[in-house]
Amino acid sequence: MDAIVEVRGLTKLFNGFRAVEDISFDCRKGEILGLIGPNGAGKTTTLQMLLGLTTPTSGVIRIFGLDMDAHRQQILSRVNFSSSYISLPFSLTVRENLMVFARLYGVAAPKKRIEELLAIFEIGALKDTPVRRLSSGQVTRVCLCKALLNAPEVLFLDEPTASLDPDIADKTRKLLKKIKDEQSISILYTSHNMKEMEEMCDRVIFMDKGRVIETGSPDEIKRKYGGADLEDVFIMLARS
Amino acid sequence: MMASKGARILAYTVRHLYLYKRSLPRLMEVFYWPILDLVVWGFVSIYLSRQEGSLPDFITFFLGALILWDILFRSQQGISVSFLEDVWSRNLLNIFVSPLSPAEYITSLLFLSIVKLLLTSAVMVTLAWLLYSFNIFILGFALIPLVVNLIVMGWSIGIITTALIMRYGQEAEVLAWGIALLFQPVSAVFYPVEVLPGWVRSIALFVPSSHVFEGMREVVAGGGGVPISNIVWAASLNCAYITVSIIFFWWNFKVVKRKGLLAKVGE
Repeated sequence: MDAIVEVRGLTKLFNGFRAVEDISFDCRKGEILGLIGPNGAGKTTTLQMLLGLTTPTSGVIRIFGLDMDAHRQQILSRVNFSSSYISLPFSLTVRENLMVFARLYGVAAPKKRIEELLAIFEIGALKDTPVRRLSSGQVTRVCLCKALLNAPEVLFLDEPTASLDPDIADKTRKLLKKIKDEQSISILYTSHNMKEMEEMCDRVIFMDKGRVIETGSPDEIKRKYGGADLEDVFIMLARS
Repeated sequence: MMASKGARILAYTVRHLYLYKRSLPRLMEVFYWPILDLVVWGFVSIYLSRQEGSLPDFITFFLGALILWDILFRSQQGISVSFLEDVWSRNLLNIFVSPLSPAEYITSLLFLSIVKLLLTSAVMVTLAWLLYSFNIFILGFALIPLVVNLIVMGWSIGIITTALIMRYGQEAEVLAWGIALLFQPVSAVFYPVEVLPGWVRSIALFVPSSHVFEGMREVVAGGGGVPISNIVWAASLNCAYITVSIIFFWWNFKVVKRKGLLAKVGE
């Protein structure tokens, strides 16, 4: 399979502290790649570097074969991001917010696309509601609509289901898998929910203290460490 | 398909304009405070102008200065407060992971500040005419370069303030409200530069707004004409300061990215 995201020798130092140290990995077309690890492992810093929010100290990031530093705008127009830790302008309605982002990303027929996504996430009835009146789970779903507006080829998701109830979280996971299968998009996924990572990811990268310490499919990793599930392995690796 | 530069700039400007449809605090920012300023200081200037020995054209000096000062203040706030809107709503990352470039981001903030300024100024000018029979257009053609210089100075302060908030986070938020006021004493808004102590006058020489307000007084006192010398001084300083502010923003943005602070601005 083709590598859509290529990371080589990526390092990030903050005042001498090695947040990320010489990591290399690929994310292939149509693959869900999970980044897991304890707090402070370097997952968020890695994600921020991949999104061009933080400049690496050294190393190379190539997305679609393009260097992130030199082709930031081109790359960002073909990817998208969502996190349960971000939100959208509170005073704007759901539709207004999505329309702004549709225009930023140059989405063709934005109204139709917005209607489609709102229907998929079952929030069509909320389209004229200001974001401030939504529950956190509803805001997360609107953010996911925003993340899919431009039909991204790569989707970066940081704990996307953290504020969702189990029912909506389950629907969201199934939906993301369906979108991935239908559109063959690549997803870089972080979550502390190991059950979710096991269900969602084709491969996971286990990070600790800024380094990649294990890579493989959830089944391969479970077999290698003899854990009943990924959570067992997580605890084993985090405490070793 | 990638949106054009213009479409992205417009999209981000519209994001802020949507706010004014249903946000009372945002409407207050554009209308309430400027109107309140005008009403209070308008009556003060009427009272003072009736005192024996008061200056001729006192109301013109005072209200003209008030309206022009508000232009500077609002053009600065149009940039830094709009940036804060995205910090408060935790939307900054959505913006900076979109294809909107930092240059387009700043351009749309400049554009937005003009839209807000037009709204505020229209209300203030109309109200000054209705309440105090004060017509700002007595400044004639000189009004255009005077206003443009104040807008550009406001932009320079706004861009630098935004860069500092980006770098130092919420602790620096107070700058968005207070930094323009730092320039008020040396801008000689309500009094001539000559009343300032010598060393303050030296500082005022390098503040574009001081030349604008001197120019305004010259036009009012002289009954028309364009104060060329003041405008040239203000424009030259503004060219230098807007260039410095953009370079500072650019450099600061790089530092913020290097230090990984962009994701932490609202914390």
